[in-house]
Amino acid sequence: MRHIISILIENEAGALSRVAGLFSARGYNIESLTVAPTEDPTLSRMTLVTRGTDEIIEQITKQLNKLIDVVKLIDLAEATHVERELMLVKVRTCKESREEINRLSEIFRGKIIDVTSNSYVIEMTGPSDKLDAFVAALDENSIIETVRSGPTGLSRGEKGLHL
Amino acid sequence: MELSGGQIVIQCLKDEGVEYLFGYPGGAVLHLYDAIFHQEDVKHILVRHEQAATHAADAYARATGKPGVVLVTSGPGATNAVTGIATAYMDSIPMVVISGQVPSAVIGSDAFQEVDMVGITRPCVKHNFLVKDVNDIAETMKKAFYIATTGRPGPVVIDIPKDITDPNILIPYKYPKKIKMRSYSPATKGHPGQIKKAIELLLAAQRPVIYSGGGVILGEASEELRELTRSLNFPITQTLMGLGAYPATDKQSIGMLGMHGTYEANLAMHESDVILAIGVRFDDRVTGKLAEFCPHSTIIHIDIDPASISKTVKVAVPIVGEVKIVLNQMLALLKEQKTKPSKKALEAWWSRIEQWRSVNCLEFDRGCEFIKPQAVIEQLYEVTKGDAFITSDVGQHQMFAAQFYPFDKPRRWINSGGLGTMGFGLPAAIGVKLAHPDADVACVTGEASIQMCIQELSTALQYKTPIKIINLNNRYMGMVRQWQEFSYESRYSHSYMDTIPDFVKLAEAYGHVGIRVEKPEDVKPALEKAFALKDRTVFIDIMTDRTENVYPMIESGKGHQEMTLRVAPGTPINRELA
Repeated sequence: MRHIISILIENEAGALSRVAGLFSARGYNIESLTVAPTEDPTLSRMTLVTRGTDEIIEQITKQLNKLIDVVKLIDLAEATHVERELMLVKVRTCKESREEINRLSEIFRGKIIDVTSNSYVIEMTGPSDKLDAFVAALDENSIIETVRSGPTGLSRGEKGLHL
Repeated sequence: MELSGGQIVIQCLKDEGVEYLFGYPGGAVLHLYDAIFHQEDVKHILVRHEQAATHAADAYARATGKPGVVLVTSGPGATNAVTGIATAYMDSIPMVVISGQVPSAVIGSDAFQEVDMVGITRPCVKHNFLVKDVNDIAETMKKAFYIATTGRPGPVVIDIPKDITDPNILIPYKYPKKIKMRSYSPATKGHPGQIKKAIELLLAAQRPVIYSGGGVILGEASEELRELTRSLNFPITQTLMGLGAYPATDKQSIGMLGMHGTYEANLAMHESDVILAIGVRFDDRVTGKLAEFCPHSTIIHIDIDPASISKTVKVAVPIVGEVKIVLNQMLALLKEQKTKPSKKALEAWWSRIEQWRSVNCLEFDRGCEFIKPQAVIEQLYEVTKGDAFITSDVGQHQMFAAQFYPFDKPRRWINSGGLGTMGFGLPAAIGVKLAHPDADVACVTGEASIQMCIQELSTALQYKTPIKIINLNNRYMGMVRQWQEFSYESRYSHSYMDTIPDFVKLAEAYGHVGIRVEKPEDVKPALEKAFALKDRTVFIDIMTDRTENVYPMIESGKGHQEMTLRVAPGTPINRELA
């Protein structure tokens, strides 16, 4: 099953490689990983998407907690949560296709953030499957490049992951 | 007090109460060595190879409970220490390793003797630090000792670039008395509800077994383990790492379990209905085939490390906490109970165990014309009255020592259990002897293992650590040969050396006493002579039976109930069979 593990970690050099190293050393897979400092600059928040049986996920969370730099973590998938991913897509455009791509982007609530005579960069956020759907809806040959942040998320309700 | 970075490191060691620093100098740590030169409180032990520094410090920690401390230079000094760091990591030994690093300004430029020590050691340390500011040294040192010695202990590396220890930069020094880390707070007490559940299970058990390990020794909980085991009258089996926590000569002890464990211990595990696992990690050498591990058993597991619980074997009652505190909680709750374990059930259980015990699974051919390694260990036990510190290397001799030297006290059996590091024994013996100068210290080894750190004979002379090296010389890498005999139709591929040094001459060349023993009747007199030479290191090179195997054995992929015995149960052992 897919799990989204949200980690508060000391914002120190090497902290990211401790997490990445743990996953490779123990043979766990990482589907995606995003990390950035929080409002408290001494802390980073990492969102990690992985898959595994309940036993493996239990080991992953225990092993992560064992890392000295990890302050706290939760598995967002254990309760209701919201998740969003950011994607930027650069598409090739021509006179005939510009309007259609624009309309498609609007349907998916995307934003065109860069325009040249023959390309657009579209910004889009949403759950990962929505981004997948948008990419599928585009003409495959028109895509120049895409970049995705990997999902990040918060639990629903007033509770949160903080010190 | 204003000190330089180099002086601060050494002053921190003093303030931490460090007695010995095991190390080897080099370019990146010269400032530190200059600081060492100007003081006498922290005694530096100059090894001959950095691996030995880590093993000696590790064994010092195993024998005392205090952290072992190591100082090595950057590059090769640091990488040579890695095997010893990994050894300590696998066995959860508290250790602080200070490594020099190239100056901050050239880090990352492939400078002379530069390696990314923090990167290299990341998977085999509890934690590591790169010190980037002289003002951070004291706090980092305090954190390192705190992390290494609390919770589940382990090695911590502090990598210090040369410029950070610059003698020309002086700063005010103050060693923090206490340290608090928001991201690290090891468990202490066990959950009362879980403890209650555990007690209920134990009191209702029909065929219980206590399975205890190295955690009991690390957690200083031998007394509590003894009290609990005796008050319940349960059989107890101990892991390789746990030997000595409960006295092996006590009647409730059913010996070591696992791959080369006893028949009675492994069968008791297999047939048990409740297992109380204390400070163990269900290692593959203990469990054998996981799918067949203790099929009828409800397992209670006490451990300080939540990640050890249900890692390979799912347990019914996990208890996370310090083993000493948890066992005291259990003892207190047990005293309040009106019900006692069923006497009838326990009598029946013990009578089955006694039947298994009567198989005498460790017995070997005592009439053999060759020296049997088992007999050597038995005689070592007699000569040292069972009270020596025994270090070992890795292989058959290690198993023979574990099987035939019944340890009655914790911290007496010093071996590399998890990583299985050949070369551990000799430097370990030096570390133990420094910690316990008046005790008998013997290194049980083989002719292959001993050559992996043989250069430390020189260290043993310099620091006058009179140890006794019991070299079970069978001219084979015995354990490799045994596996090749069992699994590769006796194709002994590179498990012997065509050339072996004359160990007697070698010992003499290093300034020690060498004795060669070739006949069974000469073993005991040689051991007596060696231990009588109180102030000399003695190398006893004992020519043992070349083809002896370690039994019983659970071959890989098999369960506890499928042990290979030397002879089938009930058959008397005689020379023809052996």
